[in-house]
Amino acid sequence: MAEDGNIIEVKDLFHAYGDVQAVDGISFAVRKGEIFSFLGPNGAGKSTAINVLTTLQRLQKGEAMVAGFDVSKESQKVRESIGIVFQEVTLDRDMTVWEILEFHGRLYSMGREERRTRIEELLELVELASKRDVLTKHLSGGMKRRLEIARGLMTRPIVLFLDEPTIGLDPQTRIRMWGYIQEVNRQGTTIFLTTHYMDEADQLSDRICIMDRGRIIARGRSWELKNTLGQDLIYLETSDNDEAERILGSVPDVKSIGRKSKGLLVMITADGTHLLPVLIERLREKHIGIVTVNLKKPSMDDVFVHYTGREIRDESQEKQSTAPGRK
Amino acid sequence: MHTGFLTIYWRDMIRFVRFRTLLISSLVQPALWMAFFGIAMSANFDRLGAGIPIVPGSIQVPYLTFMGAGVIAMTTLFTSLFGGIVLLFDKNWGLMREILASPLPRNHIILGIGLSGMTKSFIQAFIIIGFGLLIGVGFFAGFAPVDTIIALLGVMLFVAVFSLGFLFFSAAISISMETPEGLQGIITLLTMPIFFASNALYPVSAFPVFLQELSKWNPLTHLINGIRYFAIGDEFYSIGVHYSQTPADIFLSFSVLVGFAVSMFLVAWWRFRVAVVT
Repeated sequence: MAEDGNIIEVKDLFHAYGDVQAVDGISFAVRKGEIFSFLGPNGAGKSTAINVLTTLQRLQKGEAMVAGFDVSKESQKVRESIGIVFQEVTLDRDMTVWEILEFHGRLYSMGREERRTRIEELLELVELASKRDVLTKHLSGGMKRRLEIARGLMTRPIVLFLDEPTIGLDPQTRIRMWGYIQEVNRQGTTIFLTTHYMDEADQLSDRICIMDRGRIIARGRSWELKNTLGQDLIYLETSDNDEAERILGSVPDVKSIGRKSKGLLVMITADGTHLLPVLIERLREKHIGIVTVNLKKPSMDDVFVHYTGREIRDESQEKQSTAPGRK
Repeated sequence: MHTGFLTIYWRDMIRFVRFRTLLISSLVQPALWMAFFGIAMSANFDRLGAGIPIVPGSIQVPYLTFMGAGVIAMTTLFTSLFGGIVLLFDKNWGLMREILASPLPRNHIILGIGLSGMTKSFIQAFIIIGFGLLIGVGFFAGFAPVDTIIALLGVMLFVAVFSLGFLFFSAAISISMETPEGLQGIITLLTMPIFFASNALYPVSAFPVFLQELSKWNPLTHLINGIRYFAIGDEFYSIGVHYSQTPADIFLSFSVLVGFAVSMFLVAWWRFRVAVVT
């Protein structure tokens, strides 16, 4: 099934924990050299998918190829070809930065010389050269993450898996982290990342799969996904939402209208700055009062809400409250 | 040959020397056993044993020397039983994922942990022997230098195989358990019968029959037999009991320990093969 230019190919992957179907039949391909992301709320099945692809969990049903090797039959080869940065920090607090990388290189049977030069390169890349002999418990959250990325790259993997790479980091550190990830990608490593941050998927990835409840519910480039919602979004609260919906539905440039708790979300296929006055005029003619108006470009949040009918934040709440210092 | 186990060994030894309190306590504790328990008990036992008639021409061994072997064995037992706990911490702190996701064969994890635990037991055994000799333990009495070296090597060989057995066992439990408390519970439950149903502190000849049977199957008894054979001699009296070991007896004890270590390795290997850490 391997096709040229694809680093990862997954077909009809299922994974269950007892009665809970964590991954419910997903198929996708990751192309060589791209940054590919799985976007979805906690519990969507992203980590399970990543665990199966990285051979940490046994493949239950379906087919998965990583770097040209079958995940279930050639797990050893897969392991040699990939790098992983786990969701939680997995650094030994009582080892130094240098020891962490040295240990990893040894685990993968790298030669002494190769380890030495690679460690130097990576410490430069993630700007930790001055922290070489510092115990990891004395590093900041961002430094720990950078060290983990360096560790994931130690063996020059063909593909680097990043499971929620910026979870728990402050906004500035996250943006710097994106810079490092893009630099790594520019140097030729294919990146597979999972995230529940809309902006992260949006700004970082070439292609996105939106996952929810174990399934892929939408996929494409960031702008493609947003374009499915139309060119602009108009949010309206009126004195009579039902009537307003009927009236606006007949306007040619209105693509569709969604109901919100208090108002209407109108997706339009024209430039909103010109269409908005027209819509307001139509409603005025019918004596419908307008309480609130908001015009905006569709964001990944809107895309997610459009496909799932829910806000991603609702489900992230629990995790956010346990991780202080996060946005 | 794949030398991945050396990587695991290297990391565990880094931790051993880095946790100062743990390092120091593990080195001082066996010496304290000798200093307090040993001296106090030997004063009592030697007084009680003073009335027992001595067989002419036989070698009398004071209680301190007798129990010195027991303290080496006990320390090895405790250190080894807890030696695998590091795997449980690795598992709970997510560190095990890095190792399990790597191409390192899983039996190398077991071997690496076994080797580092064995090293720790060696260090402790040397401390006990050194400190013991200082306070009057009669090890290697009347041995020529070459005999002393051979005797030391013999003791190390027994300590090595015994510690590996219990380290593999500890590793197998650690990788299967969820919490350190659970592991601690199992180990505490086991140490009592293993330690007291052995000849570490007293002769087994006065035991009830079923305890004697138990002690015959106890790896600790076989370790102690080996240590006494090499460090004291093949024939001696202590606390009024005659001890005699032929090379065949010692070979049997050694075989029991090897069998124990091999079977524990297989158990650990099985537990590691099925281990899923996420």
